[in-house]
Amino acid sequence: MNSSSGKSYMSTASSSVLWKAGGDVVADQFPAGLRVLVVDDDPTCLMILEKMLKSCQYNVTKCNRAETALSMLRENRNGFDIVISDVHMPDMDGFKLLEHIGLEMDLPVIMMSADDGKNVVMKGVTHGACDYLIKPVRIEALKNIWQHVVRKRKNEWKDFEQSGSVEEGDRQPKQSEDADYSSSANEGNWKSSKRRKDDEDENDERDDTSTLKKPRVVWSVELHQQFVAAVNQLGIEKAVPKKILELMNVPGLTRENVASHLQKYRLYLRRLSGVSQHPSNLNNSFMNPQDATFGPLDLQALAATGQLPAQSLATLQAAGLGRSTAKSGIPMPLVDQRNIFSFENPKLRFGEAQQHVNNNKQMNLLHGIPTTMEPKQLAGLHHTAQSMGNMNMPVLSHGSQSSQNNPLLMQMAQPQARGQMLNDSTVGLAPRLLSPMGQPMLSNGMATNVSTRNGVPENIRAPSYNPVSQTSSMLNFPMNHTSELPGNSFPLVSTPGISSLAPKVAFREDVNSEIKGSVGFMPSYDIFNDLNQHKPQNWELQNVGMMFNTSQHSNSLQGNLDHTQSVLVQQGFASGQNRNSTVISKAMFSAGDSTGHMNAQNGNQHLNSLLVDNTVRVKSERVADAAPANLYPDHFGQEDLMSALLKQQDVIALAENNDFDFDGYSIDNIPV
Amino acid sequence: MESKHVHQQIAAMRQSFFDEEVLDEIFSQLEQLEDQNNPNFVEEVFTMYFRDSTTLLETIEQAMKTVSITLAKMDRILHQLKGSSASVGANKVLNEINKTRQVLEKGNLEGTKAGIWEMRKEYDSLKAKLEPYFQLKQANSVPKEK
Repeated sequence: MNSSSGKSYMSTASSSVLWKAGGDVVADQFPAGLRVLVVDDDPTCLMILEKMLKSCQYNVTKCNRAETALSMLRENRNGFDIVISDVHMPDMDGFKLLEHIGLEMDLPVIMMSADDGKNVVMKGVTHGACDYLIKPVRIEALKNIWQHVVRKRKNEWKDFEQSGSVEEGDRQPKQSEDADYSSSANEGNWKSSKRRKDDEDENDERDDTSTLKKPRVVWSVELHQQFVAAVNQLGIEKAVPKKILELMNVPGLTRENVASHLQKYRLYLRRLSGVSQHPSNLNNSFMNPQDATFGPLDLQALAATGQLPAQSLATLQAAGLGRSTAKSGIPMPLVDQRNIFSFENPKLRFGEAQQHVNNNKQMNLLHGIPTTMEPKQLAGLHHTAQSMGNMNMPVLSHGSQSSQNNPLLMQMAQPQARGQMLNDSTVGLAPRLLSPMGQPMLSNGMATNVSTRNGVPENIRAPSYNPVSQTSSMLNFPMNHTSELPGNSFPLVSTPGISSLAPKVAFREDVNSEIKGSVGFMPSYDIFNDLNQHKPQNWELQNVGMMFNTSQHSNSLQGNLDHTQSVLVQQGFASGQNRNSTVISKAMFSAGDSTGHMNAQNGNQHLNSLLVDNTVRVKSERVADAAPANLYPDHFGQEDLMSALLKQQDVIALAENNDFDFDGYSIDNIPV
Repeated sequence: MESKHVHQQIAAMRQSFFDEEVLDEIFSQLEQLEDQNNPNFVEEVFTMYFRDSTTLLETIEQAMKTVSITLAKMDRILHQLKGSSASVGANKVLNEINKTRQVLEKGNLEGTKAGIWEMRKEYDSLKAKLEPYFQLKQANSVPKEK
C-alpha cells in the first residue's frame, strides 16, 4: 500500500488524475476492484447491497453474521479493503464488530442502519466508524466509499511523514513525484500491491509497510509493550514515531507503523482518561508496588463501582496483602483484570496515562494491580516465578482462573522482579501478568492454585483469554515499573472463562525448558483469542507450550519471567485461536516494557518474530466483545481486550459460555 | 412475440404503484440494478422481502396476543421491518412503520398495536399488488424498458 513511499498519499486529491498517469494499469481502474465486506443480518438488504456494490465494480463479499465476518477478516487480514456493517445484528452488536475490526485489522468500517437517530450516529463516530449510512442506502452513497480507504492510508502516511526526520525531507520531493504513486499504490493494493512495494523498497525499510497494501503489522502484546515502554521513556508529549521506532529497535517495523499505532494509542489514552474514574489512582497504584495490597487501586472503590467483583476485590486485597498466598483469590486485584487488562491497559501506558483506564474502573484496577502487585508479588513470585517462570503466563489467560493465573503471573512477575523476566522473554507475558492476577498468585510459586478465578476478574472477558490483552495493558503500565509487572503481566489471567488457567501446563517449575508443553500460559493468550471466539480450546496450550520452548531457548529464559514472557508471547500466539496474537503480543510487549528493558529484545525479537510469524494471535477480539468499552476500536486489538475486560459481565458470561478448555491449566496443577 | 397488450398492462401496473405511492424511487433504483445477468433481480429481492417480513409480522402479531409483549420487543421488530421496507421502496408500508414507531416511543402500547395492524394492511396490499405484477412480468419476459 503505501506504495513505497507513502508520499503518494499526499496527493490524494489529485490522485485520480495521477492514477491515470500513474503508469500503473490498475490506476485507471481504481476504485474498481475495491474489496468490500458487507455484513447485515437482513437478507433483503444484504442482497440489495451486494448488487449495488457489484454495480460499482467492487469486489463484494457478503456475510449475514458478524462472527462469520470477523472470522473471515481474521483469516484473511489483508483480503479486504473496507467493511460495511449494519448496526443491529443478532449475534453481535455492530459497534463491537467495528471495534474489533479497528483494533485487529485496522480497516475502515462504515456503519449503516435504518436508524438515523443522532445518538446512534454519534456512537458510530466514537467507536471509530469512518462513515454512517442510513437505510435505504442509495447507490450513490456506495460509489464513494473508496475515499475512506484512501484517506486512511493517507493519514497513515501522514503520521509517518510527520514523525519527522531527515528522511522525510528526502522523501518530500519524492512524494510529489509519486503523487500518482500513492494512488497507484492504492490501486496496487487492490490489485497488486506487491508491485508497488518493490518500487518502494529503496526508500527505506518502510517499504514493507509503506505500500498501501502494506502488510499489516500485528501489534502483538510484546510489540506493544515495547512501544509503550518507548513512549513512556520519551514522554507522551515528546514521543514521536521516529524516536519511538529507534527505541523499540524492532527490525522490520517502520516509522509509519509506529506513527499510526501512536495515533491510535493517543486516542485510546484520551478515551481512557475521559472514562476512567480513577485515572490517577491507577497510575499511582500501578506505579507503586509499594504495598502488596492494591491499595492504590482502590479496589474497594472499584468493587463498589461494580467493576471489581466483590470476590475479586477480596482476592485482590488478599493478594495485595499476602502476595505469597496468591493463590486463590488471586489477590490479584486482577479482579478487574478484565478491565484492567482489557487491553486498554496496553494503551494506557501506565506511565503516562493511567487515566485512560477509562475502561471503567476495571481498567484502573488492572493498572493498579499490576503495579502494586508486581513489586511485591514479584518478589514472592520470584521463587514461584522461577519455576513458573514460564508458567506465569497461564495464569493470565484464564481470567477466571485468575486466581490461578495469578500465581503464574506472579511467577512471571517474579522473574520480572528479577528484572529480567519480562524483559527477556519479551514475551509479553509480563504484560499478561499484569493482570493482577499474576501477582498474588505467583507468590507461591505459581501456586497453581491460582484460583484466580476470583481475583481474575474477567480480564479475559471473553472466553478467550483476553486476559492477555489485559495483561498487555497492564503490562504496559506496570511495565514501566518493570519489575512489577512480571507477574502481573498476565493479563491473560483475566479471561474469565479461563477458569482453569492454571494450565495444566504446570508451569513447570522449570519453566525454562519445560515450558514446552506447559503452555500453561496459554490461557492467557488464549484468553484473548477466546475472548472473541469463546473458543475455549483456544488455549491451545500446546501451541503455547511450544512457543515457550522457543522463547526459552531464545532467551535463555532464566528469569522465569523471561520465560514467561516468551511463554506468554508464545502462548498468545499459540492460543492463536486466532485471536489476536496482537493482543498477546501486546501484553507481552507490555511486559517487556515494564521491565524496562526490552532487552528481552532479543528474546522479544525472538518472540516478535514468533509473534509475527505466528498467526496465533491471541484474539483480543473476544475481549472486545466483552469489553464494554470501545477502547479505541481502531487502535489496538488490545482495546478490544480492554473493552472486553471492562465488560466484566460480558466477559464473565463469555467465560462461562466458552467453557474454556483450559482445564489443563488449572493452576493447581502447576508444579511449583 | 409478447402481445403488446400484456406489456402495456404490465407497464400500467407498474405506474400505478408509483401513482398510488405504494412504491417510491428506491424501487426504481432497484430496477436499475437489473441487467442481462440478473433480469429478475427486483423480483428476487421482493421474494426475499416478503418471506422475511411475513415471518416478522407473524412474530409480532403473535406477541401482541400475549400479555408479555413489550414495547422494546415490538420496536426491535419494527426496526428490522423498517430497514428492509425502506430498502425495497415499500413506501406506504414504511410510512406506517414510522408512524407506529413514533407512537411506540411515546409509550403507547395500544396505539402501537393499532399501528402495527395498519402497517400489516399496507403490507398485505403491497404483496397483493406486486405478486401478480412479477408473475406477469416474468411470464412475458418483458425486457427492461427504461
